[in-house]
Amino acid sequence: MSTLVKPRSLFIGLGLLCVLATWLSLALGPVSLPLLDTLRAALRMLGLPIAGDGLEQAELILGQIRLPRTLLGLAVGGVLALSGVAMQGLFRNPLADPGLVGVSSGAALGAAVAIVGGSLFGGLPEAIGPYLLSICAFLGGLGVTALVYRLGRRNGQTNVATMLLAGIALTALAGSAVGLFTYLADDATLRTLTFWNLGSLNGASYARLWPLLLVTTVVALWLPRRARALNALLLGESEASHLGINVERLKRELVFCTALGVGAAVAAAGMIGFVGLVVPHLVRLLAGPDHRVLLPASILAGASLLLLADLVARLALAPAELPIGIVTAFIGAPFFLFLLLRGRA
Amino acid sequence: MLRVENLQIRRGGTIVLADIDLALNPGEVLGVLGPNGAGKSTLLGALCGELRADHGHVWLDQRPLAEWDGARRAQRLAVLPQSSTLDFAFRVEEVVGMGRLPHQTGRQRDDEIVAAALQAADVGHLSGRSYTALSGGERQRVHLARVLAQLWPGEAGQTLLLDEPTSMLDPLHQHTTLQAVRQFADRGAAVLVILHDLNLAARYCDRILLLENGRPHALDTPQQVLRPESLKAVFGLEVLVQPHPERGHPLIIAR
Repeated sequence: MSTLVKPRSLFIGLGLLCVLATWLSLALGPVSLPLLDTLRAALRMLGLPIAGDGLEQAELILGQIRLPRTLLGLAVGGVLALSGVAMQGLFRNPLADPGLVGVSSGAALGAAVAIVGGSLFGGLPEAIGPYLLSICAFLGGLGVTALVYRLGRRNGQTNVATMLLAGIALTALAGSAVGLFTYLADDATLRTLTFWNLGSLNGASYARLWPLLLVTTVVALWLPRRARALNALLLGESEASHLGINVERLKRELVFCTALGVGAAVAAAGMIGFVGLVVPHLVRLLAGPDHRVLLPASILAGASLLLLADLVARLALAPAELPIGIVTAFIGAPFFLFLLLRGRA
Repeated sequence: MLRVENLQIRRGGTIVLADIDLALNPGEVLGVLGPNGAGKSTLLGALCGELRADHGHVWLDQRPLAEWDGARRAQRLAVLPQSSTLDFAFRVEEVVGMGRLPHQTGRQRDDEIVAAALQAADVGHLSGRSYTALSGGERQRVHLARVLAQLWPGEAGQTLLLDEPTSMLDPLHQHTTLQAVRQFADRGAAVLVILHDLNLAARYCDRILLLENGRPHALDTPQQVLRPESLKAVFGLEVLVQPHPERGHPLIIAR
């Protein structure tokens, strides 16, 4: 089709978008910095020899607040989009979502256990509270996904249809457990829980950033190696195996990468919906379904769009801040419906 | 060379295929005929390693099929299923290019092969179109081109298994498809093709395996297998068999 964007132009376009989103994300906020100062301060922090007169405030804001927040946004957006591609490939359905294998609901359950459990024991110590929350969310996501994967296996083969149904059932089960914790929670805890469920890049710190950056890097390097295998998988599982693909191993890798990626993203920033669903779809509309383009382009698109959504979250009701999950759902859900109805026409 | 000895397949307690001894010879097109449920697709499933035999063995060259490494097996054995579930808007040549996945022949050679396979399956004119915009018959031919590309140019030692490759095709393309398959075999590959049209089988196959209730009723040349008695016994169909006026192969006419 001639309507498709050439991969080269796509990567240039998305690269520019990503740079622009990063720049704006560093510059804008409750205290907006002049764009040029932001650029100079950022380049100085990268080690370029630029005179630092009058940049002290910019460097402080950047280093302490905006840079970790921006990096968090880039990593969360990129890894969520990648996980979306992996799940849409696994289920051979362009409307599949990373949440299907239970990773989001598992992470929510883990977080609820940490938040409410912590408050029942008189509140988590300030020093370890946030980390414990992240760790519980990450482990909850991995645990539920592992269970979904296990339920989908029979006679050494993984049935993705069974996995899908097991994912729905365990999501409901985890939801009811979260409901129980919500019922047990006092008002302050309830507020923490609610905000966590809406997702936020607020309060990003380097300590919470590094594990996510590590996971994102691993997933971003691993999945593109499987791009051609993912293309073949879209033909069907048996067709892919006739083309020499080890389909069972591929499915295991896709589920593992998704659990790892979404688990780490949710652990660092709470629940942020629709990115994993909508971004791969958008890239496919632009450049076609070839995973050799789709995977790297989705990283760039996911990272850029999440930063832009975070800008909306920061600026829409400034100085107050919206949870970013509200923004992504508010934009993502109508877009999803649009795709659904457009397909029917 | 692909061969099976004393193959038996069981599905949920019932034996669906038994007593199959078969060797696919280089350069030969072997047709598989039989009524619905006779075990044709089950046989194909066993031959490509998708179904586990509960008796007997499937050999590819001198090694059991199950012991082959995936990519090396795929360089020698290609399979065209009855229908495909691909629902993503790949371009036609991208779909055919997936056939090159098991090979490391490089971009340029792959592109040449894809172009040749597109021509062979008579879908060259669809190049650049989106797969999802094609009709059922066009899709079927694109997948034929894909499996041809997988083994291209086709040589002794390679095997192509086709499950009803003509089921959705118009009369002309039923013939062009089987001619392409025939040419592929003439270059040395072994082909097994499941068919329903007796006359297509009579014209293009070297040997025919006639299946009845999961067991071989006959395995021989078209002249030997396509006789009124056999067809009456297996299909319950009354037919006249006459030599084709121009080509001499059996022509089957329902009475």
